[in-house]
Amino acid sequence: MSYHSIVMVKQVPDTANISGQVMKPDGTVNRSKLPTIFNPEDKVALELALQLRDRYGGTVRVMTMGPLKASDLLRDCLYMGADEAILISDRKFAGADTLATSYVLSEALRQLAPYDIVFAGRQAIDGDTAQVGPQTAEKLGLPQITYAEAILQADGGKITVKRKVDRGFEILEGTLPLLITVIKDAATPRPFMAKRVMAYKNAHTLLELEKMIEGNSLLYLDQLKDEYVSKGLFIPTLTADELDVDSERCGLGGSPTKVHKIESVILGGGAHEIIPPTKDGMHALIDKLMEDHIFG
Amino acid sequence: MSENQQQVWVFIEQREGKPADVSFELLSKGRKLAESLHGELKAVLIGHDLQALAAETFRYGATEVLLADHPELKHYNTLPYSRIVSELVDQHQPRIVLFGGTFIGRDLAPRVASHTRSGLTADCTDLQISDVTYLRKDYSQLLLQIRPAFGGNIIATIICPDAPVQMATVREGVMEKIPLAQPVAGRITPVPYTPDDADQLVRIIEQHHEESKVNLKAAPIIVSGGYGMGNFQNFQILYDLAHVIGGEVAGTRAAVDAGFIDHVRQVGQTGVTVRPKLYIACGISGAIQHRAGMSDSNKIIAINDDPDAPIFGVCHYGIVGDVMDVIPKLIDAYKHKLK
Repeated sequence: MSYHSIVMVKQVPDTANISGQVMKPDGTVNRSKLPTIFNPEDKVALELALQLRDRYGGTVRVMTMGPLKASDLLRDCLYMGADEAILISDRKFAGADTLATSYVLSEALRQLAPYDIVFAGRQAIDGDTAQVGPQTAEKLGLPQITYAEAILQADGGKITVKRKVDRGFEILEGTLPLLITVIKDAATPRPFMAKRVMAYKNAHTLLELEKMIEGNSLLYLDQLKDEYVSKGLFIPTLTADELDVDSERCGLGGSPTKVHKIESVILGGGAHEIIPPTKDGMHALIDKLMEDHIFG
Repeated sequence: MSENQQQVWVFIEQREGKPADVSFELLSKGRKLAESLHGELKAVLIGHDLQALAAETFRYGATEVLLADHPELKHYNTLPYSRIVSELVDQHQPRIVLFGGTFIGRDLAPRVASHTRSGLTADCTDLQISDVTYLRKDYSQLLLQIRPAFGGNIIATIICPDAPVQMATVREGVMEKIPLAQPVAGRITPVPYTPDDADQLVRIIEQHHEESKVNLKAAPIIVSGGYGMGNFQNFQILYDLAHVIGGEVAGTRAAVDAGFIDHVRQVGQTGVTVRPKLYIACGISGAIQHRAGMSDSNKIIAINDDPDAPIFGVCHYGIVGDVMDVIPKLIDAYKHKLK
C-alpha cells in the first residue's frame, strides 16, 4: 500500500544567529535584518515523509503558511523531492498565535484531503512551543504521535512509530489518518538534488508570475499561469477566500494570546569579582569558596 | 463572574503511579495564584489506582482532586486524556490551567487548548496575577505569562485578555515545590470515564523507561558547559572538574544541539532549572534562556574568553580566559588546598 503525506513546513528567522544589527537599540526586532531558514525539524519531517514514499510509494505534498517570500522555502522542498508545494498566504493570517495558525492549517488540510499522514516538525525555533502540530490534529479530529524518532513500519491502515518520552521511548501503533510531529534526531535531511534544482528553480507562485509580467506587454497572466501549470512549475496559493475561513478566527484577531509587554534583555554590567586566569587566581578563588562554605 | 471562573487547575502527571515533580511545583505556584484570585486550587488526575497520589496533592493545597480512575487510563494516551481534560474544562471553565512542560504536558495541553479555544503559552519562566490595560480596555486579574522569546533577546509578557480560560506550560524546576506544614482537608471527586473505540486509535505497543541517573536539581555543585567549549573532546574536561570537586555536569541548549552532551543534562528554559550551591559556567555566553535556568544559584563562577559575554552579568566570580587553560589550573588549586 502506498501512502499520501502532507508535510507542514515553516520558514523561520535564524534565531540561533542573531547579530547585533537585528536588535534595535529600543529592544525591538529588526525583522528585515533577520536571515530566514528552513525550520530544522520541519526539514527532518519532510525527510521522513520522503523516506516513507521511497519505501512504500505514494506522494509527498508540502504546505506552508507564511508571507509571499515563503515560496523560497517551498522551492527548497521541491529540490529535496516533494511532489507538490502549496503556499497559504493572506494578510488576514498575519500575527497569528498557535491557535489561530492551527485553525488556518487545519482548514487548508481539509481542502487538501484525502491524505494518510500529516507530518510536521515538533516545534519551530522562533517560538519553541510545539503546539501547532497537536492543535491542528485536534481541529481535524486526527490522532497524533508527537516526538517521533523513527517510523518503524506502515502496514495497511496502521503505522508503527517509535517516539521519545522522558527518559526513554515508546512504540506506538496508530490508525491512519493521523498527524506525526518529528524530532531532530529522526533523520538527516537529504541534500538538494541538482537535477531538481535546475527543474524547479523556476517554480513560481501567482504573485511571482504577476511580477514577471509587470512592464512586459507581451505576457498575459492567464496564459503564463497555464504554461507554468502544464510544466508542473506552478505553486498554488491558498488565501482566506479560497479556504473559506472565518476571519474572526485568523491572524492577530483570532489569537487568544496577546503580547502585553516586551522587554529587551539588559546585558552584562552585574557586579562581580574578577579573578585572574592564573595559578594564583585559582588559589584565591578556592579560598573564597571555602569562606563561602561551598568547599571544605 | 461566577465562582467557577476563579479556579486554578493543575494537571497532575503520573507515570506508573508516580507523580512528576513538576506537578507539585505547579501546585505550589497555583496555590499562590489562587490566593491572589481569592479562588480555589484544584488538581486534575488521570490514571488507575491513584487514591494515595490524589491525597498527596492536599499537601500542596489542592482543595479538590478531579480523579478519572480506570484500568484503561493507566498509561498516558493522548486521545482519552485530552478528551477527559477538555470535557472537564468545558464543563467547569476554570480561570487558569497549568501543565508541566514535559513530553506528556506538551502533548496534552495544546490539544486541550485547541478544543476549548483557550490561550496557551509554552515554557513560562514566571506567572503572576495582575490587572492589565490592553488596547485601552481594563482587565482585572489576568494571568501574566512571562517567557523569554526570540532567541532570548527579549522577555515577553503574554496575556489572554478575552479568553475565558488561560493555560500555560512550565518546565520542571522553574517553580519551587513548597509543601504545606499541614495538608488541607480536600476532597476527591470521581470523574466518570466511558471507554470509546476512538480512544484507542493510537495504541501503546511497548514502553521503555529508564530511571534517570541524572538528578541535576539535587546536585549541590554543577559544572556546566556551553558551545564555547568548542568540541566534544574539550567538553570532557568538565567531567574531570566535576569528578574532583564532587559535582554533576550540565550543558546549555547550544551544547546539547552541538552533540556535546545529552538533553537530560540541559539547564535552561527548555531544560531543567537548577539552584545549586555552586554553578560553574564554562564557555557559556549566557543567553537569557540559559540564565533563566541557573541565575538563582547560590554562587556562580563564569569562565569565558569574551569579557563582554552576558554570563558575567549574573556571576559572582568572573574569569576571563581560555577554559582549556583555566580548568586544569582550577583542578590543581582545588587538589592543593583540599586534598
